[in-house]
Amino acid sequence: MIQLTDVSKTFTLHNQGSAVIEVLRDVDLTVAPGECVALTGASGAGKSTLMRMIYGNYLAQAGQIRIGDLDIVQAEPREIIRLRREVLGYVSQFLRVVPRVPTLDVVAEPLRAVGTPAEAAEARARTLLQQLNIPHRLWSLSPTTFSGGEQQRVNIARGFAHTYPALLLDEPTASLDAANREVVLGLIETAKARGAAIIGIFHDEAARARVCDREIDVTRFTPGLAA
Amino acid sequence: MTPLLSVQGVTKRYGAHIGCADVSFDLYPGEVMGIVGESGSGKSTLLNCLAGHQPPDGGQVVFDTRADGPRDTVRMSEPERRMLGRTDWAFVHQHARDGLRMGVSAGGNVGERLMAVGARYYGDIRHKATDWLARVEIDESRIDDRPTTFSGGMQQRLQIARNLVTGPRLVFMDEPTGGLDVSVQARLLDLLRGLVRDMGLSAIIVTHDLAVVRLLADRLMVMKSGHVVESGLTDQVLDDPQHAYSQLLVSSVLQV
Repeated sequence: MIQLTDVSKTFTLHNQGSAVIEVLRDVDLTVAPGECVALTGASGAGKSTLMRMIYGNYLAQAGQIRIGDLDIVQAEPREIIRLRREVLGYVSQFLRVVPRVPTLDVVAEPLRAVGTPAEAAEARARTLLQQLNIPHRLWSLSPTTFSGGEQQRVNIARGFAHTYPALLLDEPTASLDAANREVVLGLIETAKARGAAIIGIFHDEAARARVCDREIDVTRFTPGLAA
Repeated sequence: MTPLLSVQGVTKRYGAHIGCADVSFDLYPGEVMGIVGESGSGKSTLLNCLAGHQPPDGGQVVFDTRADGPRDTVRMSEPERRMLGRTDWAFVHQHARDGLRMGVSAGGNVGERLMAVGARYYGDIRHKATDWLARVEIDESRIDDRPTTFSGGMQQRLQIARNLVTGPRLVFMDEPTGGLDVSVQARLLDLLRGLVRDMGLSAIIVTHDLAVVRLLADRLMVMKSGHVVESGLTDQVLDDPQHAYSQLLVSSVLQV
Protein backbone atom coordinates (compact mmCIF):
# COMPACT_ATOMS: atom_id res chain seq x y z
CA MET A 1 0.00 0.00 0.00
CA ILE A 2 2.81 2.37 0.94
CA GLN A 3 6.11 1.92 -0.83
CA LEU A 4 9.19 4.13 -0.67
CA THR A 5 12.15 3.55 -2.98
CA ASP A 6 15.51 5.36 -2.77
CA VAL A 7 13.94 8.44 -1.21
CA SER A 8 16.30 11.26 -0.27
CA LYS A 9 15.73 14.61 1.40
CA THR A 10 17.92 17.67 1.75
CA PHE A 11 17.04 21.11 3.01
CA THR A 12 18.81 24.02 1.31
CA LEU A 13 18.67 27.16 3.41
CA HIS A 14 19.24 29.87 0.80
CA ASN A 15 19.08 32.69 3.30
CA GLN A 16 21.47 31.18 5.77
CA GLY A 17 24.59 30.99 3.65
CA SER A 18 22.98 28.40 1.36
CA ALA A 19 23.61 25.72 3.97
CA VAL A 20 22.67 22.30 2.66
CA ILE A 21 21.43 19.83 5.25
CA GLU A 22 21.14 16.23 4.19
CA VAL A 23 18.44 14.68 6.31
CA LEU A 24 17.58 11.32 4.77
CA ARG A 25 19.28 9.18 2.16
CA ASP A 26 18.09 6.13 0.22
CA VAL A 27 15.01 5.33 2.26
CA ASP A 28 13.40 2.00 1.30
CA LEU A 29 10.24 1.09 3.08
CA THR A 30 7.15 -0.98 2.36
CA VAL A 31 3.95 -1.23 4.37
CA ALA A 32 1.31 -3.79 3.42
CA PRO A 33 -2.44 -3.44 4.02
CA GLY A 34 -3.32 -4.38 7.61
CA GLU A 35 0.22 -3.76 8.78
CA CYS A 36 1.41 -1.18 11.29
CA VAL A 37 5.04 -0.07 11.12
CA ALA A 38 6.72 2.06 13.76
CA LEU A 39 9.39 4.60 12.89
CA THR A 40 12.01 4.76 15.62
CA GLY A 41 15.24 6.62 16.20
CA ALA A 42 16.51 9.45 18.33
CA SER A 43 15.03 12.91 18.17
CA GLY A 44 16.36 14.58 15.01
CA ALA A 45 16.80 11.31 13.14
CA GLY A 46 14.17 12.39 10.63
CA LYS A 47 11.06 10.45 11.69
CA SER A 48 8.68 13.38 11.34
CA THR A 49 10.41 14.57 8.17
CA LEU A 50 9.91 11.15 6.62
CA MET A 51 6.28 11.11 7.64
CA ARG A 52 5.70 14.58 6.21
CA MET A 53 7.29 13.47 2.95
CA ILE A 54 4.92 10.53 2.72
CA TYR A 55 2.04 12.98 3.22
CA GLY A 56 3.39 15.24 0.46
CA ASN A 57 3.96 18.07 2.90
CA TYR A 58 7.73 17.98 2.35
CA LEU A 59 9.20 17.55 -1.11
CA ALA A 60 11.49 14.60 -1.77
CA GLN A 61 14.63 15.40 -3.80
CA ALA A 62 14.89 11.90 -5.21
CA GLY A 63 13.15 8.56 -5.25
CA GLN A 64 9.58 7.34 -5.35
CA ILE A 65 6.85 7.44 -2.75
CA ARG A 66 3.94 5.31 -3.92
CA ILE A 67 0.66 5.29 -2.06
CA GLY A 68 -1.59 2.86 -3.89
CA ASP A 69 -1.04 3.73 -7.56
CA LEU A 70 0.14 7.29 -7.08
CA ASP A 71 3.78 8.41 -6.87
CA ILE A 72 3.43 11.55 -4.80
CA VAL A 73 6.92 12.78 -5.67
CA GLN A 74 5.71 13.32 -9.26
CA ALA A 75 2.02 13.96 -8.61
CA GLU A 76 0.11 17.15 -9.38
CA PRO A 77 -1.27 19.11 -6.39
CA ARG A 78 -4.83 18.10 -7.23
CA GLU A 79 -3.87 14.41 -7.26
CA ILE A 80 -2.30 14.75 -3.82
CA ILE A 81 -5.37 16.60 -2.56
CA ARG A 82 -7.60 13.78 -3.80
CA LEU A 83 -5.28 11.19 -2.26
CA ARG A 84 -5.43 12.98 1.10
CA ARG A 85 -9.19 13.20 0.90
CA GLU A 86 -9.85 9.59 0.00
CA VAL A 87 -6.85 7.40 0.70
CA LEU A 88 -4.28 8.85 3.05
CA GLY A 89 -5.09 10.10 6.55
CA TYR A 90 -2.67 11.92 8.83
CA VAL A 91 -2.98 12.49 12.55
CA SER A 92 -0.45 15.16 13.39
CA GLN A 93 0.62 16.18 16.86
CA PHE A 94 -1.17 19.47 16.64
CA LEU A 95 -4.72 20.31 15.74
CA ARG A 96 -4.99 23.04 13.13
CA VAL A 97 -8.52 24.27 12.55
CA VAL A 98 -10.45 27.15 11.13
CA PRO A 99 -11.55 29.51 13.90
CA ARG A 100 -15.26 29.43 14.81
CA VAL A 101 -15.98 25.91 13.49
CA PRO A 102 -17.68 23.63 16.10
CA THR A 103 -15.88 20.46 17.21
CA LEU A 104 -18.58 18.20 15.81
CA ASP A 105 -18.13 19.72 12.34
CA VAL A 106 -14.33 19.54 12.63
CA VAL A 107 -14.59 15.79 13.21
CA ALA A 108 -17.30 15.19 10.59
CA GLU A 109 -15.53 17.24 7.90
CA PRO A 110 -13.31 14.47 6.43
CA LEU A 111 -16.44 12.36 5.91
CA ARG A 112 -18.35 15.26 4.35
CA ALA A 113 -15.40 15.75 2.00
CA VAL A 114 -15.78 12.22 0.59
CA GLY A 115 -19.50 12.77 0.05
CA THR A 116 -20.99 11.15 3.15
CA PRO A 117 -24.44 12.66 3.85
CA ALA A 118 -24.44 15.19 6.72
CA GLU A 119 -26.44 12.98 9.09
CA ALA A 120 -24.30 9.88 8.71
CA ALA A 121 -21.12 11.96 9.03
CA GLU A 122 -22.37 13.59 12.22
CA ALA A 123 -23.45 10.29 13.68
CA ARG A 124 -19.95 8.89 13.15
CA ALA A 125 -18.43 12.06 14.64
CA ARG A 126 -20.66 11.73 17.71
CA THR A 127 -19.64 8.10 18.21
CA LEU A 128 -15.95 8.97 18.02
CA LEU A 129 -16.20 11.98 20.35
CA GLN A 130 -18.12 9.83 22.82
CA GLN A 131 -15.54 7.04 22.60
CA LEU A 132 -12.73 9.51 23.18
CA ASN A 133 -14.48 11.00 26.20
CA ILE A 134 -14.91 14.54 24.91
CA PRO A 135 -17.70 15.98 27.10
CA HIS A 136 -20.93 16.45 25.20
CA ARG A 137 -21.19 20.12 26.19
CA LEU A 138 -18.00 20.89 24.24
CA TRP A 139 -19.19 19.48 20.90
CA SER A 140 -20.80 22.68 19.73
CA LEU A 141 -17.72 24.77 20.61
CA SER A 142 -14.62 25.41 18.56
CA PRO A 143 -11.69 23.25 19.78
CA THR A 144 -9.29 26.22 19.69
CA THR A 145 -9.83 26.87 23.41
CA PHE A 146 -9.66 23.21 24.51
CA SER A 147 -6.88 21.75 26.66
CA GLY A 148 -3.91 20.08 24.96
CA GLY A 149 -5.21 16.58 25.64
CA GLU A 150 -8.71 17.42 24.41
CA GLN A 151 -7.33 18.93 21.21
CA GLN A 152 -5.24 15.83 20.69
CA ARG A 153 -8.33 13.64 21.05
CA VAL A 154 -10.38 15.81 18.68
CA ASN A 155 -7.53 15.48 16.23
CA ILE A 156 -7.59 11.70 16.56
CA ALA A 157 -11.37 11.56 16.18
CA ARG A 158 -11.02 13.59 12.99
CA GLY A 159 -8.23 11.34 11.71
CA PHE A 160 -10.27 8.19 12.27
CA ALA A 161 -13.62 9.51 11.00
CA HIS A 162 -13.08 8.34 7.43
CA THR A 163 -11.83 4.78 6.90
CA TYR A 164 -8.62 5.68 5.06
CA PRO A 165 -6.78 2.76 3.44
CA ALA A 166 -3.51 4.32 4.63
CA LEU A 167 -2.83 6.21 7.85
CA LEU A 168 0.07 8.21 9.25
CA LEU A 169 0.11 8.67 13.02
CA ASP A 170 2.50 11.11 14.71
CA GLU A 171 2.56 10.36 18.46
CA PRO A 172 -1.14 9.48 18.68
CA THR A 173 -0.95 8.49 22.35
CA ALA A 174 1.23 11.32 23.64
CA SER A 175 -0.38 13.48 26.35
CA LEU A 176 -3.29 11.05 26.87
CA ASP A 177 -4.37 9.41 30.11
CA ALA A 178 -4.55 5.63 30.45
CA ALA A 179 -8.25 5.30 29.56
CA ASN A 180 -8.01 7.43 26.41
CA ARG A 181 -4.75 5.81 25.41
CA GLU A 182 -6.61 2.50 25.51
CA VAL A 183 -9.35 3.91 23.25
CA VAL A 184 -6.80 5.16 20.71
CA LEU A 185 -4.97 1.83 20.64
CA GLY A 186 -8.36 0.18 20.08
CA LEU A 187 -9.02 2.49 17.12
CA ILE A 188 -5.63 1.62 15.63
CA GLU A 189 -6.32 -2.10 16.04
CA THR A 190 -9.72 -1.73 14.37
CA ALA A 191 -8.14 0.16 11.48
CA LYS A 192 -5.54 -2.60 11.06
CA ALA A 193 -8.23 -5.25 11.16
CA ARG A 194 -10.09 -3.60 8.29
CA GLY A 195 -6.87 -3.55 6.26
CA ALA A 196 -5.39 -0.09 6.71
CA ALA A 197 -1.66 0.30 6.15
CA ILE A 198 -0.32 2.35 9.06
CA ILE A 199 2.95 4.14 9.74
CA GLY A 200 3.35 5.56 13.23
CA ILE A 201 5.76 7.36 15.51
CA PHE A 202 5.29 6.23 19.11
CA HIS A 203 7.53 7.23 21.99
CA ASP A 204 5.22 5.14 24.18
CA GLU A 205 7.05 1.78 24.02
CA ALA A 206 4.24 -0.33 25.42
CA ALA A 207 1.84 1.09 22.84
CA ARG A 208 4.36 0.45 20.08
CA ALA A 209 4.84 -3.14 21.19
CA ARG A 210 1.10 -3.70 21.23
CA VAL A 211 -0.03 -2.33 17.86
CA CYS A 212 3.09 -2.39 15.67
CA ASP A 213 4.13 -5.40 13.64
CA ARG A 214 7.60 -4.07 12.78
CA GLU A 215 9.96 -1.30 13.73
CA ILE A 216 12.14 0.65 11.36
CA ASP A 217 15.04 2.60 12.79
CA VAL A 218 15.19 5.79 10.73
CA THR A 219 18.77 6.37 11.93
CA ARG A 220 20.00 3.98 9.30
CA PHE A 221 18.78 6.38 6.60
CA THR A 222 20.32 9.39 8.33
CA PRO A 223 23.63 10.44 6.74
CA GLY A 224 26.27 10.91 9.41
CA LEU A 225 24.27 9.05 12.03
CA ALA A 226 24.21 5.58 10.48
CA ALA A 227 26.31 3.10 12.39
CA MET B 1 -10.62 16.28 -17.10
CA THR B 2 -10.58 19.61 -18.94
CA PRO B 3 -9.06 22.47 -16.98
CA LEU B 4 -11.52 25.25 -16.23
CA LEU B 5 -8.83 27.80 -16.93
CA SER B 6 -5.66 27.10 -18.86
CA VAL B 7 -3.09 29.89 -18.83
CA GLN B 8 -0.13 29.81 -21.19
CA GLY B 9 2.75 32.24 -21.35
CA VAL B 10 0.87 35.30 -20.14
CA THR B 11 3.14 38.35 -20.29
CA LYS B 12 2.45 42.00 -19.57
CA ARG B 13 4.97 44.82 -19.89
CA TYR B 14 4.68 48.42 -18.84
CA GLY B 15 7.17 49.92 -21.29
CA ALA B 16 10.55 48.46 -20.38
CA HIS B 17 9.23 47.32 -17.03
CA ILE B 18 7.94 43.77 -16.62
CA GLY B 19 4.48 43.41 -15.07
CA CYS B 20 4.39 39.66 -15.26
CA ALA B 21 6.34 37.35 -17.52
CA ASP B 22 5.55 34.01 -19.09
CA VAL B 23 3.06 32.73 -16.52
CA SER B 24 1.48 29.34 -17.24
CA PHE B 25 -0.78 27.08 -15.18
CA ASP B 26 -3.95 25.00 -15.35
CA LEU B 27 -6.79 25.44 -12.88
CA TYR B 28 -9.27 22.58 -12.53
CA PRO B 29 -12.91 22.79 -11.45
CA GLY B 30 -13.22 23.14 -7.69
CA GLU B 31 -9.60 24.18 -7.21
CA VAL B 32 -8.58 27.26 -5.28
CA MET B 33 -5.20 28.74 -6.14
CA GLY B 34 -3.41 31.38 -4.13
CA ILE B 35 -0.90 33.82 -5.59
CA VAL B 36 1.49 35.37 -3.09
CA GLY B 37 4.44 37.73 -3.35
CA GLU B 38 5.51 41.13 -2.11
CA SER B 39 3.85 44.24 -3.47
CA GLY B 40 5.11 45.00 -6.95
CA SER B 41 5.72 41.31 -7.71
CA GLY B 42 3.11 41.35 -10.47
CA LYS B 43 0.36 39.38 -8.81
CA SER B 44 -2.38 41.97 -9.34
CA THR B 45 -1.22 42.60 -12.92
CA LEU B 46 -1.50 38.88 -13.56
CA LEU B 47 -4.96 38.70 -12.00
CA ASN B 48 -6.15 41.62 -14.12
CA CYS B 49 -4.82 39.98 -17.28
CA LEU B 50 -6.57 36.71 -16.41
CA ALA B 51 -9.87 38.41 -15.64
CA GLY B 52 -9.85 40.43 -18.84
CA HIS B 53 -9.41 43.79 -17.14
CA GLN B 54 -6.10 44.35 -18.90
CA PRO B 55 -4.98 42.94 -22.23
CA PRO B 56 -1.80 40.87 -21.86
CA ASP B 57 0.99 41.51 -24.40
CA GLY B 58 1.31 37.83 -25.06
CA GLY B 59 -0.05 34.45 -24.10
CA GLN B 60 -3.37 32.69 -23.86
CA VAL B 61 -6.07 32.54 -21.21
CA VAL B 62 -8.29 29.65 -22.24
CA PHE B 63 -11.55 29.32 -20.31
CA ASP B 64 -13.83 26.29 -20.59
CA THR B 65 -17.11 28.07 -21.44
CA ARG B 66 -20.47 26.40 -20.81
CA ALA B 67 -21.69 26.84 -24.36
CA ASP B 68 -18.66 26.46 -26.63
CA GLY B 69 -16.03 24.64 -24.56
CA PRO B 70 -12.47 26.00 -24.26
CA ARG B 71 -12.09 29.53 -25.69
CA ASP B 72 -9.17 31.95 -25.55
CA THR B 73 -10.59 34.92 -23.67
CA VAL B 74 -7.76 37.21 -24.78
CA ARG B 75 -8.88 36.95 -28.39
CA MET B 76 -12.58 36.93 -27.63
CA SER B 77 -14.69 39.93 -28.67
CA GLU B 78 -15.26 42.55 -25.99
CA PRO B 79 -19.02 41.85 -25.62
CA GLU B 80 -18.33 38.13 -25.19
CA ARG B 81 -15.72 38.81 -22.54
CA ARG B 82 -18.05 41.20 -20.73
CA MET B 83 -20.78 38.58 -20.78
CA LEU B 84 -18.37 36.12 -19.14
CA GLY B 85 -17.58 38.78 -16.55
CA ARG B 86 -21.28 38.96 -15.66
CA THR B 87 -22.04 35.25 -15.68
CA ASP B 88 -19.33 32.64 -15.21
CA TRP B 89 -16.73 34.97 -13.72
CA ALA B 90 -16.74 37.09 -10.62
CA PHE B 91 -14.19 39.59 -9.42
CA VAL B 92 -13.86 40.56 -5.77
CA HIS B 93 -11.86 43.77 -5.43
CA GLN B 94 -9.64 44.62 -2.50
CA HIS B 95 -11.58 47.81 -1.92
CA ALA B 96 -15.29 47.04 -1.81
CA ARG B 97 -15.94 50.52 -3.24
CA ASP B 98 -14.39 49.43 -6.54
CA GLY B 99 -16.78 46.51 -6.82
CA LEU B 100 -19.97 48.11 -5.53
CA ARG B 101 -22.19 50.92 -6.70
CA MET B 102 -22.11 53.18 -3.70
CA GLY B 103 -25.18 55.20 -4.66
CA VAL B 104 -27.46 52.18 -4.93
CA SER B 105 -29.03 50.24 -2.05
CA ALA B 106 -27.56 46.93 -0.85
CA GLY B 107 -30.45 45.01 -2.40
CA GLY B 108 -30.01 46.98 -5.62
CA ASN B 109 -26.32 46.08 -5.75
CA VAL B 110 -27.15 42.39 -5.66
CA GLY B 111 -30.20 42.73 -7.92
CA GLU B 112 -28.33 44.68 -10.56
CA ARG B 113 -26.12 41.74 -11.40
CA LEU B 114 -29.18 39.52 -11.67
CA MET B 115 -30.85 41.98 -14.05
CA ALA B 116 -27.68 42.07 -16.13
CA VAL B 117 -28.22 38.40 -16.91
CA GLY B 118 -31.89 38.85 -17.70
CA ALA B 119 -33.84 38.61 -14.44
CA ARG B 120 -36.88 40.89 -14.74
CA TYR B 121 -39.46 39.94 -12.14
CA TYR B 122 -39.04 42.27 -9.12
CA GLY B 123 -40.32 39.77 -6.56
CA ASP B 124 -37.76 37.16 -7.60
CA ILE B 125 -34.91 39.62 -7.63
CA ARG B 126 -35.79 40.96 -4.22
CA HIS B 127 -36.18 37.45 -2.85
CA LYS B 128 -32.80 36.34 -4.17
CA ALA B 129 -31.13 39.50 -2.91
CA THR B 130 -32.55 38.91 0.57
CA ASP B 131 -31.39 35.32 0.49
CA TRP B 132 -27.85 36.34 -0.46
CA LEU B 133 -27.64 39.09 2.14
CA ALA B 134 -28.51 36.46 4.74
CA ARG B 135 -25.84 34.11 3.39
CA VAL B 136 -23.18 36.76 3.84
CA GLU B 137 -24.57 37.56 7.27
CA ILE B 138 -26.03 41.00 6.50
CA ASP B 139 -29.28 41.64 8.33
CA GLU B 140 -32.35 41.77 6.10
CA SER B 141 -33.36 45.12 7.61
CA ARG B 142 -30.37 46.73 5.86
CA ILE B 143 -31.49 45.74 2.36
CA ASP B 144 -32.63 49.25 1.42
CA ASP B 145 -29.62 51.02 2.94
CA ARG B 146 -26.77 52.23 0.79
CA PRO B 147 -23.35 50.64 1.20
CA THR B 148 -22.00 54.04 2.28
CA THR B 149 -23.70 53.39 5.63
CA PHE B 150 -21.99 49.96 5.98
CA SER B 151 -18.76 49.14 7.80
CA GLY B 152 -15.75 47.99 5.74
CA GLY B 153 -16.35 44.34 6.58
CA MET B 154 -20.02 44.57 5.63
CA GLN B 155 -19.18 46.27 2.36
CA GLN B 156 -16.78 43.45 1.57
CA ARG B 157 -19.45 40.85 2.31
CA LEU B 158 -21.94 42.74 0.19
CA GLN B 159 -19.45 42.76 -2.67
CA ILE B 160 -19.13 38.99 -2.34
CA ALA B 161 -22.92 38.57 -2.40
CA ARG B 162 -23.18 40.77 -5.50
CA ASN B 163 -20.52 38.67 -7.20
CA LEU B 164 -21.78 35.22 -6.34
CA VAL B 165 -25.52 35.73 -6.85
CA THR B 166 -25.34 34.74 -10.51
CA GLY B 167 -23.63 31.43 -9.67
CA PRO B 168 -20.22 32.01 -11.29
CA ARG B 169 -17.82 29.13 -11.81
CA LEU B 170 -14.60 31.10 -11.39
CA VAL B 171 -13.96 33.84 -8.86
CA PHE B 172 -10.99 36.19 -8.97
CA MET B 173 -10.15 37.78 -5.64
CA ASP B 174 -7.68 40.59 -5.11
CA GLU B 175 -6.69 40.82 -1.44
CA PRO B 176 -10.24 40.01 -0.27
CA THR B 177 -9.34 40.46 3.40
CA GLY B 178 -6.90 43.37 3.03
CA GLY B 179 -7.59 46.30 5.29
CA LEU B 180 -10.05 44.43 7.53
CA ASP B 181 -9.38 43.80 11.21
CA VAL B 182 -8.58 40.21 12.15
CA SER B 183 -11.92 39.29 13.73
CA VAL B 184 -13.74 40.44 10.60
CA GLN B 185 -11.13 38.65 8.47
CA ALA B 186 -11.74 35.34 10.24
CA ARG B 187 -15.47 35.65 9.68
CA LEU B 188 -15.01 36.51 6.01
CA LEU B 189 -12.59 33.63 5.46
CA ASP B 190 -14.95 31.22 7.12
CA LEU B 191 -17.72 32.50 4.85
CA LEU B 192 -15.59 32.22 1.70
CA ARG B 193 -14.48 28.71 2.60
CA GLY B 194 -18.07 27.60 3.04
CA LEU B 195 -19.17 29.20 -0.23
CA VAL B 196 -16.27 27.73 -2.19
CA ARG B 197 -17.05 24.26 -0.86
CA ASP B 198 -20.84 24.40 -1.16
CA MET B 199 -20.93 25.96 -4.63
CA GLY B 200 -17.94 23.99 -5.95
CA LEU B 201 -16.28 27.22 -7.06
CA SER B 202 -12.85 27.57 -8.52
CA ALA B 203 -11.00 30.62 -7.34
CA ILE B 204 -7.77 32.53 -7.80
CA ILE B 205 -6.86 34.56 -4.75
CA VAL B 206 -4.16 37.19 -4.76
CA THR B 207 -2.94 38.11 -1.32
CA HIS B 208 0.18 38.84 0.67
CA ASP B 209 -1.25 37.14 3.74
CA LEU B 210 0.12 33.61 4.04
CA ALA B 211 -2.42 32.61 6.70
CA VAL B 212 -5.21 33.40 4.22
CA VAL B 213 -3.81 31.10 1.56
CA ARG B 214 -3.13 28.32 4.04
CA LEU B 215 -6.79 28.42 4.96
CA LEU B 216 -8.36 28.89 1.54
CA ALA B 217 -6.03 27.69 -1.19
CA ASP B 218 -5.27 24.17 -2.38
CA ARG B 219 -2.35 25.35 -4.46
CA LEU B 220 0.06 28.21 -4.25
CA MET B 221 2.11 30.23 -6.70
CA VAL B 222 4.90 32.48 -5.41
CA MET B 223 5.78 35.50 -7.56
CA LYS B 224 8.78 37.77 -7.54
CA SER B 225 9.59 40.56 -9.99
CA GLY B 226 6.91 39.38 -12.39
CA HIS B 227 8.05 35.77 -12.49
CA VAL B 228 6.60 32.69 -10.86
CA VAL B 229 9.49 31.40 -8.75
CA GLU B 230 7.73 28.45 -7.14
CA SER B 231 4.40 26.67 -7.23
CA GLY B 232 2.88 23.61 -5.65
CA LEU B 233 0.60 22.30 -2.97
CA THR B 234 -0.10 25.11 -0.48
CA ASP B 235 1.13 23.38 2.66
CA GLN B 236 4.19 22.03 0.85
CA VAL B 237 5.24 25.47 -0.41
CA LEU B 238 4.67 27.02 3.02
CA ASP B 239 6.27 24.25 5.11
CA ASP B 240 9.09 23.24 2.77
CA PRO B 241 9.74 26.19 0.44
CA GLN B 242 12.41 25.50 -2.16
CA HIS B 243 13.21 28.88 -3.68
CA ALA B 244 15.28 31.47 -1.83
CA TYR B 245 12.53 34.06 -2.10
CA SER B 246 9.79 31.71 -0.84
CA GLN B 247 12.00 30.81 2.11
CA LEU B 248 12.48 34.48 2.88
CA LEU B 249 8.75 35.14 2.57
CA VAL B 250 7.75 32.26 4.86
CA SER B 251 10.44 33.00 7.45
CA SER B 252 9.50 36.68 7.57
CA VAL B 253 6.05 36.09 9.04
CA LEU B 254 5.82 37.24 12.64
CA GLN B 255 4.64 34.61 15.09
CA VAL B 256 1.68 35.57 17.23
